[in-house]
Formats: sequence, structure tokens, C-alpha cells
Amino acid sequence: MANAKLWGLKKSPWVFHVAAASCNNCDIEILDVLTPRWDVERFGIVLVGSPRHADALLITGVLNRKSLPRVLRVYEQTSKPCLVIGVGTCTCDNHMFAPSYNVVGPYDKHIPVDVYIPGCPPKPEAIISGVVKALKRL
Amino acid sequence: MSVVRVLFSYLIFPGFVFTAVVGLFLTWIDRKVTARIHWRVGPPWYQPYADFLKLLLKETIIPEGSSKILFLMGPILGLVAMSIFAVMVFSMNLNPEGTFVGDLIVMVYLLAIPPLGLMIGGSASKNPLASVGVSREMTQYFAYELPFLITIAAIILKAGGSVRFGDIIMAQQANGPFLYSISGVIGAIVILLSTQAKLGFVPFDIPEAEQEIMAGPYIEYSGVALAMFRVVRAMMLFLLPLFLISVLWGGFSSWWVILKFLLIVVLIILIKNTNPRIRIDQSLRFFWLGIGVLSVIGLVLAVYGL
Repeated sequence: MANAKLWGLKKSPWVFHVAAASCNNCDIEILDVLTPRWDVERFGIVLVGSPRHADALLITGVLNRKSLPRVLRVYEQTSKPCLVIGVGTCTCDNHMFAPSYNVVGPYDKHIPVDVYIPGCPPKPEAIISGVVKALKRL
Repeated sequence: MSVVRVLFSYLIFPGFVFTAVVGLFLTWIDRKVTARIHWRVGPPWYQPYADFLKLLLKETIIPEGSSKILFLMGPILGLVAMSIFAVMVFSMNLNPEGTFVGDLIVMVYLLAIPPLGLMIGGSASKNPLASVGVSREMTQYFAYELPFLITIAAIILKAGGSVRFGDIIMAQQANGPFLYSISGVIGAIVILLSTQAKLGFVPFDIPEAEQEIMAGPYIEYSGVALAMFRVVRAMMLFLLPLFLISVLWGGFSSWWVILKFLLIVVLIILIKNTNPRIRIDQSLRFFWLGIGVLSVIGLVLAVYGL
């Protein structure tokens, strides 16, 4: 039973894209991953519109005081088990916004993050390899 | 003994399990053909089963403050209606002279239950986007059901006034399929486009328009309930083309039925992939003034035996 669960989760991770105040470059790269050139539907990865349907949250942007409650709320709305993947250097170490008074990141102070994907923005290949690493951790 | 047989026919073959397995396979064909049209590789063949398994084992969230019974009743209603519909389509096609009373009007009612379940579940989920989706689903339902019912009336006329599903199939096996006449071609166009709308495929996916209202009525569903909704859609993708073949294209008279079925399914997928989504008012105008008038012409032609 546990094996079947794992197989299903590995073969069809549905992704919800949480844009938590990013500069949009990471979001554009995420959309690139879904285009015919990289075609992640080969691995069963589909972008869904509601956190209720999602198995993985793809979070972009530096975490600040305004976006923290929203991110927490989206995380609570997601049906478990779910993966959390941080895309972009901002999610890893706050990048160039680190000295700001408004920044409360990185994300794993507040929610469990499975994989961070560095890069500003990360290449589509890097995003795919990050998702594969997150799935291997299961 | 007979109780076991009845249970077997409703739950295993040709009821729930068989229809769901074949239907999920058809959703893979849909996704694969869509991917090839986009010049992509597309998902592997086991993809819909993996999706289904995963959804079964995930947490099912019921939104705070919504009615638990109504929320979970939505998908179950659709599932039950489609299982009964599957048994009616298959038993009447495999044995048209049988004593099983397959009434065409009952089948039309059974086809109305999945959208009804979607409306109930969507409005019980207490989400503004779901409410928008439900209101669109209602409008859309009234749009496509009118020409569909007029065409069903034309088919009943052509079968000599009998509403028994078996009589309609037998009339076609005796005198040739209804499709090979002007009113039959009109009826096939009308039922094909209504099928497109019943399945919620582009250009008639206005209720679940994922770019504007996310997933519409499905937005709050997760886990088992969402899996059931997906199975209902898969079963409809299997049964609605079969229904079209049964009422217009001669039923399961020979193995050609498989080719006919694949032809209709691929036609539906091609329409889905080559059209943009239309607005809800455009959909209503299209179904009432365009397709509706066409179906009335078909009915008049059927009265004159053309």
C-alpha cells in the first residue's frame, strides 16, 4: 500500500505555482518548463489552478512580512502529503534583499521546504532537476 | 444468483469498473493526441491511473462551513448515474430484443445527473470562484440541452415513435443506420457538439475555464472526491460517443463499432485542440440560435421521413 502511494505521488506530481512577491523572472522560467520544448507532462507534471489539487508547491520570491501569512495560508490549504520547492536564489538566502528590514525568510524558518533551486533565475533544466531531486527524497 | 448477476453488471462489467478503466485509458489518448498536436511527447500510458491512485491516497479536505453531505454527494451522484447509464447502453446493444426496459428518456435524464452533481457540489463548496463556475455550468446546461432534446425527439420519430432504446437499435439494424439521411447527419452534428459541451471540452469549457476561474466548481475538491469527479468525466468520454453510435450509427452491429468509436473520439479531441474558448453568452447564442435552429430543421425533415 505504501509502495502504491509512493508510486502514484512520484508519477503524477501536480504543481501549484505560488508567486510570493518575486520579480517574475523565476515565474517566467517556470512557465518555460511547461512549454513544448521541455514538456514536463512527460513525467506527469501538470500545473493546476487550486492548492487543493496540488502535490507540490513551487514557491518563488523573497519571503517578507506581507507575503508570509499568504504563503502559510496556501500551505495550510494544500492537501497533504505535499512537497515544497523553493525556486530562485531569493528563496534560499534572501539574495540581495537580505539586509532589508522587511525580509523574514528564508522559507524553512516557517514551513518545511524539501528542495531549494538556486539561480537568478534558475534555468529550466535546473528546475526539472530540482523537482526530480525532490521526488527522489520521497 | 440473479442478485449477484445484477451486482456484477452494475459494478464490474459493463458498469463501474470496466467503464472507468476504459474511460481513463481514453483520457490518456486525449492527453497524448493533444501533446502530439502541440509537438510534445506527452504522458506515458499509465498516467491517468497514476493520477487516480495518487488522488485516492491523498487527504480529502472539506471546506470549513460547507455542508459535508452535499459536498460529497456531488461526485457520488455522477458516478452512480454513469454506472447505470453504462449498463443500459451495453445491455441494450448486446441484446436489443431483451426484456430489459431501456428507456431513451430515462437515459437522457441519467445524462443530466453528472452536471447536476457538479452544480450541487460546487455550490456547497462555499467558494466564490466555484459559484461563478456553477452559474456558468447552469447556463451552459440549458444551452446544450435544448438542441439535444429536439434531436432525441427526431430520433424517436425516425424509429417509429418508440422510446425503447432496443427498438431504436433494431430499427437501424433492419433499415440501415439513421445517420445515412439528411436529418441523421444534422442529428449527428447536434449530438456531437452537445457531447463536446457535456464533456466540458474546449470550446465549451466555460464552467471550468482554468485561466479565469481556476477549476470552477472543482476548485475546493481534493483527494477521493476529485478522483471521483475525474472518473465521472472519463466514463462520460467513453459512454457519450457510444450513445451517439447507438442512436444514430447502427449500434454494435459488427466490429466496425470500434473504428466508428475511435473516429468520433478523435474528432472530439481535434475540435478541442483547434478552437479557442468562447464566452458564455456566445455559447448560449450558438446553441439556441445556431444549433437549435439546425436541430429544428432536422426534426421537420424527420417528420417528412428524409
